[in-house]
Amino acid sequence: MTRSTRTFADAATTGIVTLDGVEFSSPNRRSLLLGLAAVGAFLVTDIGLIAYASSGGDLTRQRFLDGFRNVFGVHPGFRKNHAKGVSLVGYFTSNGNATTLSRAAVFAPGQTPVLGRFSLAGGNPSVADTPGAARGLGLVFGLPGTDQWRTAMLNLPVFLDNSPQGFYDRLLAAKVDDATGKPDPKAMADFLQQHPETEAAMALIKKTSPTTGFADSTFSGLHTFHAVGRGGERTPIRWSLVPHQSAIAAQTGSPNGLFDAVIRQLKNGPLHWMLRLTVGEPDDPIDPTLPWPSGRRTVDAGILTVTEARTDAAGNARDVNFDPLVLPDGLEPSNDPLLSARSAVYAGSYRERTTEPQSTPPVRVEDVNP
Amino acid sequence: MTYPIRTRVLHWLTAIAVFATLLIGFFMTNEIGSHGALVATHMTLGAAILLIVIVRIASRFTHKTPPLPDTVGRWEARMVLGSELSLYTLLVAQPLVGWAMVSAAGLPVRVFGGIPLPRIAPFDAELYGLLRQAHSALAYLLVAIVAGHVSAVLLHTLTLRDGMLRRMS
Repeated sequence: MTRSTRTFADAATTGIVTLDGVEFSSPNRRSLLLGLAAVGAFLVTDIGLIAYASSGGDLTRQRFLDGFRNVFGVHPGFRKNHAKGVSLVGYFTSNGNATTLSRAAVFAPGQTPVLGRFSLAGGNPSVADTPGAARGLGLVFGLPGTDQWRTAMLNLPVFLDNSPQGFYDRLLAAKVDDATGKPDPKAMADFLQQHPETEAAMALIKKTSPTTGFADSTFSGLHTFHAVGRGGERTPIRWSLVPHQSAIAAQTGSPNGLFDAVIRQLKNGPLHWMLRLTVGEPDDPIDPTLPWPSGRRTVDAGILTVTEARTDAAGNARDVNFDPLVLPDGLEPSNDPLLSARSAVYAGSYRERTTEPQSTPPVRVEDVNP
Repeated sequence: MTYPIRTRVLHWLTAIAVFATLLIGFFMTNEIGSHGALVATHMTLGAAILLIVIVRIASRFTHKTPPLPDTVGRWEARMVLGSELSLYTLLVAQPLVGWAMVSAAGLPVRVFGGIPLPRIAPFDAELYGLLRQAHSALAYLLVAIVAGHVSAVLLHTLTLRDGMLRRMS
């Protein structure tokens, strides 16, 4: 068999095609246009679909990350929010009480290793500690197992927002004006007018003044989740960690006062919190700005023991993304839209900070005397 | 002449799965809603592609391939072979990079609604960062090579009318 002369190059020059002596329909102008039109249609559809998929609605993960950068500045290698923090090591001792609600392995009697991190809200890793800044506690139970549980909690009774848009707008409204050193009061007033849920949550939060430090803070998961039992029965729950100790006071005027105090306390012995599950009724709100009615049944599931603080570094909680959707079998997310948004934005923050150069964290455990 | 039926079925399954996985991938890294479900679907499709492509590679040696039409010149034949090899390589590498990336973040690797996979990389954030960038780079490379593959078949089938598409349909 002889090779054909009917290649694209030949077609362009001769327009004649023979195959084994038989003349075939040559690629004429019509078939050339048809082919090019089909290729064009495919490429337009292909690139159009990719562009559409990548556009992701009005409020994308990138807008959140840019928002944090806009408000807090550029801090390579750090979390875009809760940038200032210290890593923790400990374990959870389950008493088995929560097995009536959830089949999660972490609730069976026994111990699960825990990594954690105390943090302050905000994207500036070297901000000075203030008693009023929201304190965070991120925990991961059972890293890196299949049944691990990650949670990011705050020392607040309710969350400030009930929608991703609310969170984003509040972030920008609270931006500190360089001239005054304070947020623009008008921006926040306008925001609160449009977000009565945030105003109500702030009023509720203000009813109790912040505790002395990290060690005596109650940390709440804030969102509603579902506990899934052995028979598949689902119960709405919220969880919090209730402290078992008082805190030593922060040294006044020290930029890391709150962190140094809890590090010092940990150098003298472990700290304990009770993991308390609050059991919801079917009509209880999913909205995290709304508290559940008082008097709801609670189940004390076990004790979190924090044994050690460690400077944020490779391999410890610095490298954990406290994604609230990482749940073990036996715990499921509710349809609170903030859970998905947090998961998505945390993933973006994790990608950015793991590809940026790292620098020394401002909170250093080794600099604190016991 | 066409490819055997099993090859054709596996090819079109791969095509559908690859388009879906890429689109979900581009979507879930920008959109903030349904994040958990999107990631779970993306990972399950990726695992399915890895399985299908491994079967395809094994099956590739069990039969002769139908000859290329005579419209394919010597240089183009080399490019066809090269693009076939790069597609196989990418379709194996991309799910493996994704799997390793999730492992390096210390996350549980669950696919098909809960089946746990072993971790194939240590918990290491810097390694995660490298693999995460590679996963995006490979995704764009895959888009480009698939676009070339589809465009070449369309030009052959519609312009040269050499029945190129019939080999796989």
